[in-house]
Amino acid sequence: MALIELAHIERRFTLGDSVVHALRGVNIGIEASEYVAVIGPSGSGKSTLLNLLGLLDRPDAGSYRLDGRDTTGLSPDEAANMRSRHIGFVFQSFHLVPRLTAAENIALPMVLAGIDPAERKRRVQKALEGFGLADRAHHQPNQLSGGQRQRVAIARATVMQPGVLLCDEPTGNLDRQTGQEVTHLLEDLNANGVTLIVVTHDPSMAERARRQIRMEDGAVLSDSGEPG
Amino acid sequence: MKPLDILRFALRAVTAYPLRTTLMLLAMSIGVAAVVMLTALGDGARQYVVNEFNALGSNLLIVLPGRSETRGVNPATFVTDTPRDLSIADADALRRLPGVVRVSPLVVGTSEVAFGGKLRETLILGTNAQYLALRRFTMNKGTFLPDTAGQENAAVAVLGSKLRAELFGTAPAVGRMLRIGDRRYRITGVLAPTGNAMGLAIDEMAFIPAEQAFALFNTSTLFRIFIEVRERGALAASGERVRAVLKARHDGEEDFTQITQDAVLGTFDKILGAITLGVAGIAAISLAVAGILVMNVMLVAVTQRTPEIGLLKALGASNRNIRLAFLAEAVLLSLGGGVVGVALGQLGAWALRLTYPVLPAFPPHWAVLAGLGTALVTGMLFGFLPARRAAQLDAVDALGRH
Repeated sequence: MALIELAHIERRFTLGDSVVHALRGVNIGIEASEYVAVIGPSGSGKSTLLNLLGLLDRPDAGSYRLDGRDTTGLSPDEAANMRSRHIGFVFQSFHLVPRLTAAENIALPMVLAGIDPAERKRRVQKALEGFGLADRAHHQPNQLSGGQRQRVAIARATVMQPGVLLCDEPTGNLDRQTGQEVTHLLEDLNANGVTLIVVTHDPSMAERARRQIRMEDGAVLSDSGEPG
Repeated sequence: MKPLDILRFALRAVTAYPLRTTLMLLAMSIGVAAVVMLTALGDGARQYVVNEFNALGSNLLIVLPGRSETRGVNPATFVTDTPRDLSIADADALRRLPGVVRVSPLVVGTSEVAFGGKLRETLILGTNAQYLALRRFTMNKGTFLPDTAGQENAAVAVLGSKLRAELFGTAPAVGRMLRIGDRRYRITGVLAPTGNAMGLAIDEMAFIPAEQAFALFNTSTLFRIFIEVRERGALAASGERVRAVLKARHDGEEDFTQITQDAVLGTFDKILGAITLGVAGIAAISLAVAGILVMNVMLVAVTQRTPEIGLLKALGASNRNIRLAFLAEAVLLSLGGGVVGVALGQLGAWALRLTYPVLPAFPPHWAVLAGLGTALVTGMLFGFLPARRAAQLDAVDALGRH
């Protein structure tokens, strides 16, 4: 059974009088430890898809099974709990909490999940070392470079050891060199078994993925991983 | 999320915006300081009045003839029927009781006072030598009624300051003879001005020995017996002893009534207590204003930190987590302001005491607690709406607003 199963997903937004179909009839199955790039022009529904996958948004119709569990009937708190344990987010604009240090930002998901301080400290230390941030632990985000910020964000996204990492233009705010470093970092995580789903405009990044899902007008235009 | 982590998270948010936090603390602390200081002022005034009453002799026990169920001073206390007289011997018997410092019998009547063709109708008080000390009066000239053995009932009189001025003008009065009713008295002294005490114009009275007054007014019962006990705390115990002695002397019948000044004092105490409470209430309005300020500050914080709220949701924060975090922030702000306010209020009360040393302006404990409590409740109450708004933000929208 696939880790992620989307069936007949519909998502509509009402903008004034007109109804916008952000997603129409989307069927996607993603196995564990896949590396998927979602590409397409602006407004094609990539971000909406990512939000749905991350349980931040709900479809108007269709079903979404994550890890074998139907998520359409989850309460907000159940969804939050599921996000906490299964999903990591990496954003284009990093989304670090400005008043917290790198270490505190990394610890945040564990704080929210109510994990013991001792365990938190151990895992943060491990993450800081793993992502080459050991000497930046007590710096605030504005004292860090873009690459360092995104590494802190990735460390934060993976510290709860989620099965799925959802990345929204993870290299969009970085220069080429740093962007490549971040890409390698994400691919290393994928190599260790994390399912990596990346929304990107960057063709070179999309090409590196083992599977490309091209979207247009809220529908899947092509899917390189589609069996048959 | 663990409670301690929520608190720490909120504390980081409080300290991250020093200017906002300082202004908020200031607004809240002014409200709390106002409550603390104004109650200190009100309670100081109450204490002041109570102390004045004590100086006047709140450890006074008053016995009047006749059984009356009425407590305190009201018209009924003056019209009690008199089955058995209160005598000077009764008063003398009380003097030997433990804890009793002074006993004065009292006979009251009105009579003509005449000197040198001037005539006054005035209140005459028959009593003894101890009355002067018992009522904390002071002499202006001469001596009060005699207390040497055998001289107690001499035909002497002491005048209130105003009566003296009306009869003698600027001429000396001590040693002169004057007429009260149909008897002649030698003036031995003049009281210093005292003003009103217990509803009687002391300055317009003349004082003569109690036996003289019996003769003058052709009566045989005392109007009152005043008993001063050593301390206020012993009032009840002494009252019991007085009751026992008088009852024994009156053939086991309790045909007299005891009252204390506590009844009057209690009324003053209540009135000034109510004023203090009212003033505290007015000051509490500024706390409500500070509360609205807390709400505004927190609503701004929610707007400012919308992306952060979106992020927290993406990281798995439940709505409850977010609500509690923002509520904790509001409570920290108001409680911090409360603590600073209590400190400021104590400082203000101290300044008051320096400026008006007669006023014991100490904020009562309940006011300090109420100030802090109101700050806390205000924080929770006015922090609730912003916290709920934060928790209900749509995660996708919140993340997108950058």
